[in-house]
Amino acid sequence: MTETNKHLEDLTQIRTMMERSSRFLSLSGLSGVFAGIYAIIGASIVYFSDTYSNFISGHYSIEGQKNKLFLLIGIAAFVLFASLVTGYLFTSRKAKKQGLKIWDKSAKLMMSSLFVPLITGGFICLMMLNMGNFGLVAPFTLIFYGLGLFNASKFSFIELKYLGLSEIILGLIAIIDYGYGLLYWAIGFGLLHIFYGTLMYLKYEKDKA
Amino acid sequence: MKGFNQLNKAFESRVRLGVMSVLMVNDWVSYSEMKELLSLTDGNLASHITALDKLNYIEIEKKFVGKKPQTSYKATKLGKTEFEKHIDGLEKLLINNK
Repeated sequence: MTETNKHLEDLTQIRTMMERSSRFLSLSGLSGVFAGIYAIIGASIVYFSDTYSNFISGHYSIEGQKNKLFLLIGIAAFVLFASLVTGYLFTSRKAKKQGLKIWDKSAKLMMSSLFVPLITGGFICLMMLNMGNFGLVAPFTLIFYGLGLFNASKFSFIELKYLGLSEIILGLIAIIDYGYGLLYWAIGFGLLHIFYGTLMYLKYEKDKA
Repeated sequence: MKGFNQLNKAFESRVRLGVMSVLMVNDWVSYSEMKELLSLTDGNLASHITALDKLNYIEIEKKFVGKKPQTSYKATKLGKTEFEKHIDGLEKLLINNK
């Protein structure tokens, strides 16, 4: 019987080491939930300011509106920054609990596969803003973020793959349903993050703390 | 017992099991990364690495990163095949003992 137990432990060890060395499993679902909440707050601020009424058509004239554009970009940047900081805090807390280092081989692999599509998309969006073409910015950010997540899911939780696919589909719908960028942004960065973040938290973290 | 003859003595130690598991799913892994992943001390890892290298189950590459020497490891084709056989044997033993 002890012989059997040893074999079983061996197999468990093999599986754990394969996963731990190739997948970044410290990512906390709570980072997704909070990123979603920040995104919804940010989107509401934009929606209820008068900036949005000009923005909705996608034909936003740049003359005299530059300050309002900066407000939009400022809010978006702040949401991104707050999400990254909160995400880092929750993830490092989870890594500590698991006795792992946050910045290991798998984290590097995941980050590089996420950020290559993300930075490409970010550059394209900045160029479009610069050319005064605002309508496609929201769909493109969703699509490139989705591509990044889809790519990164190979080195982390499988849920990231489905979150990525959902973001891509949402981005494509936002192109067809042109002119409602903010709404799709709020769904993609807000609701989807909260949904998948909660799912991951319940599946991997609750009861295992 | 079925499956028993498939077990490989070379993989009996937990450390070697760990090293091979990591190398099955990663290409080159450095010494320090390996140490960290398996939560090991220096002397412990080195002797097992040497043993696996002697059997030609792993490849060793030494190079300089900046001024620091860095040693990396990769599983050979033989190593992977042997390790798969070993896992297969473990599974068979467990199924038969149920």
